[in-house]
Amino acid sequence: MSVLQSETVSAEPAVVISGVTRSFGQQRIIDDVSLTIPRGELFGLLGPSGSGKTTLVKLMTGIDKADKGSVSMLGVPLPKLEMLHRFGYMAQSDALYMELSGRQNMMFFGKLYGLNRQSLRQRIDETAALVDLSEHLHKPVTAFSGGMKRRLSLAIALLHQPEVLVLDEPTVGIDPVLRKSVWKELKILAKNGTTVIVTTHVMDEAEKCDRLGLIRDGHLIAVDSPASIIASTGCGSIEEAFIALSQQQRFGGQHDES
Amino acid sequence: MMRVNALALRIIQQFLRDRRTLALLLLAPLLILTLMKLVFDGQAVTITMGTAQLPSELSARLDDAGADVRAYDDLESALEDLRKGKLEAVITRQENNQPALTLEGSDPSKSKAVLLLIQNALRGNVSTEALPAVTYLHGSSDMASFDSFGPVLIGFFSFFFVFLLAGVSFLRERTSGTLERLLATPIRRQEIVTGYLVGFGLFALLQATLIAWFSVKVLGLYMTGSIGYMLLINLLLSLTALTLGTLLSSFASSEFQIIQFIPIVIVPQAFFSGLFNLDAMNPWLQKLSIVMPLYYGADAMRGIMIRAEGWADIQQDAYVLLGFSAVFALLNVLALRKHRKL
Ligand SMILES: Nc1ncnc2c1ncn2[C@@H]1O[C@H](COP(=O)(O)OP(=O)(O)OP(=O)(O)O)[C@@H](O)[C@H]1O
Ligand SMILES: [Mg+2]
Repeated sequence: MSVLQSETVSAEPAVVISGVTRSFGQQRIIDDVSLTIPRGELFGLLGPSGSGKTTLVKLMTGIDKADKGSVSMLGVPLPKLEMLHRFGYMAQSDALYMELSGRQNMMFFGKLYGLNRQSLRQRIDETAALVDLSEHLHKPVTAFSGGMKRRLSLAIALLHQPEVLVLDEPTVGIDPVLRKSVWKELKILAKNGTTVIVTTHVMDEAEKCDRLGLIRDGHLIAVDSPASIIASTGCGSIEEAFIALSQQQRFGGQHDES
Repeated sequence: MMRVNALALRIIQQFLRDRRTLALLLLAPLLILTLMKLVFDGQAVTITMGTAQLPSELSARLDDAGADVRAYDDLESALEDLRKGKLEAVITRQENNQPALTLEGSDPSKSKAVLLLIQNALRGNVSTEALPAVTYLHGSSDMASFDSFGPVLIGFFSFFFVFLLAGVSFLRERTSGTLERLLATPIRRQEIVTGYLVGFGLFALLQATLIAWFSVKVLGLYMTGSIGYMLLINLLLSLTALTLGTLLSSFASSEFQIIQFIPIVIVPQAFFSGLFNLDAMNPWLQKLSIVMPLYYGADAMRGIMIRAEGWADIQQDAYVLLGFSAVFALLNVLALRKHRKL
């Protein structure tokens, strides 16, 4: 259903951030960032630990509020309660109810999104199969491994078929085979019109994105397709390009959307 | 409404998986009430009293009054046993023929019992017709002290355990990151607070019923009023504890800090709830009880159980408790603004 909706009003980009700043105490964690993500894009946010990826995605979704600047999603200025229906979110740390079973967790979150009994059951089966958890849903989450918890969080984010999917390091602790199938699925979702925003610090994942935002110390140092980023820096890989760009930023003071 | 139900159902499921906490909520109050009953309602204490050179007539009267009388040949050996703790008191006759009493004295309640016993023994002189006929407006001659403060204890335990559990589980929601996750869903802040109220309220009701049934039917606590009202007040008290616990958990960052609220929030309430007689306290300080939920709960519980009070007498307490819950719940909705403005 979400896919159909997005076609009718596809003029508005999925996410528009302009001049956003967020500080914790004295420290500026996100510093005057502007970014536009069109619908149906598979967008990757790449940056070292502590660079502000999590903070930025929280700002994008309206979970956190910017000190300065504006954020809008699907053309609606945030924060707005109704918009919470329209994106799916997977937090970096698994926020699951440990005593409950996998299925109980999914039922709970599904109901919060207003899914009715029948479609909920169907979606649980579909998303659980997608992350290869179908046989484990009856177990309490305490008995899950780290990767299983990650997969459960991912399945929960997909439950209500959101138009925008925001995933904070979704593949940490997931084995290479499953990681591959998760990325394949993300590609399919993007092709069908879902906007997928992923944070990562894994370079080979970054290369699978339509476009990449490179973030460092709260500044976006480049936003472009992986191929163009590599080409523009004349480097051999994203990794090298990232290092080259951060040096440029440090000495040249050039930042934000290029 | 669907989201409130989902949240309430989740809390119930969590409880059912956590047997130990469930047992704490339901069984701990019963255990403590039983212990209290055993401590305060045991056999009447017999007083062992030494006599030295006492006329046998007086000794016999003391014996009739219920004392365990031991005659000593000289005062010194009686006092020696008093020092050793074998006796509660030593009574002797002075040179001027007046009886003289030496009390062990370290336990005021025992000292009082001895004095009372001696008074009774000496009153034998008065003819029985002169004694007034006694009738009880409330209670009865065999009402024990546990019957008098039992109702307060029932209220206290409902309050204490629900406060602790609600506080800890709401705190966990925050520290485990699930609150942030919850706030990334379309649930409203008031739906979170209501969901907690419904989910926990169910267990609070269960607890209230169990405590009421146990203390009246098993422990045989003095009870003349309506058990329905008793349940109602107990439930209202639990709701107050629930809303206060979740509200205060916003100001704690660990389970240990919830424990720190006990001496600040719970213990003072116990003092003002009627477990102790407040008449000796500075009247200005006595006024503090008006901000203490437990004071109203205990007042109503006592009224119902001992004085068979009906709705007219307890309604004020009930409304005040309801008011406390409403205010705490509202403040909690506001406190959640810290995490999400919407
Ligand atoms: N609630 C907060 N209070 C104070 N500082 C914070 C808070 N959240 C994040 N920070 C700080 O902001 C910076 C960026 O944090 P953020 O979580 O966005 O990094 P990240 O890029 O997601 O890192 P990682 O890859 O390790 O997840 C860090 O220096 C962190 O200490
Ligand atoms: Mg992060």
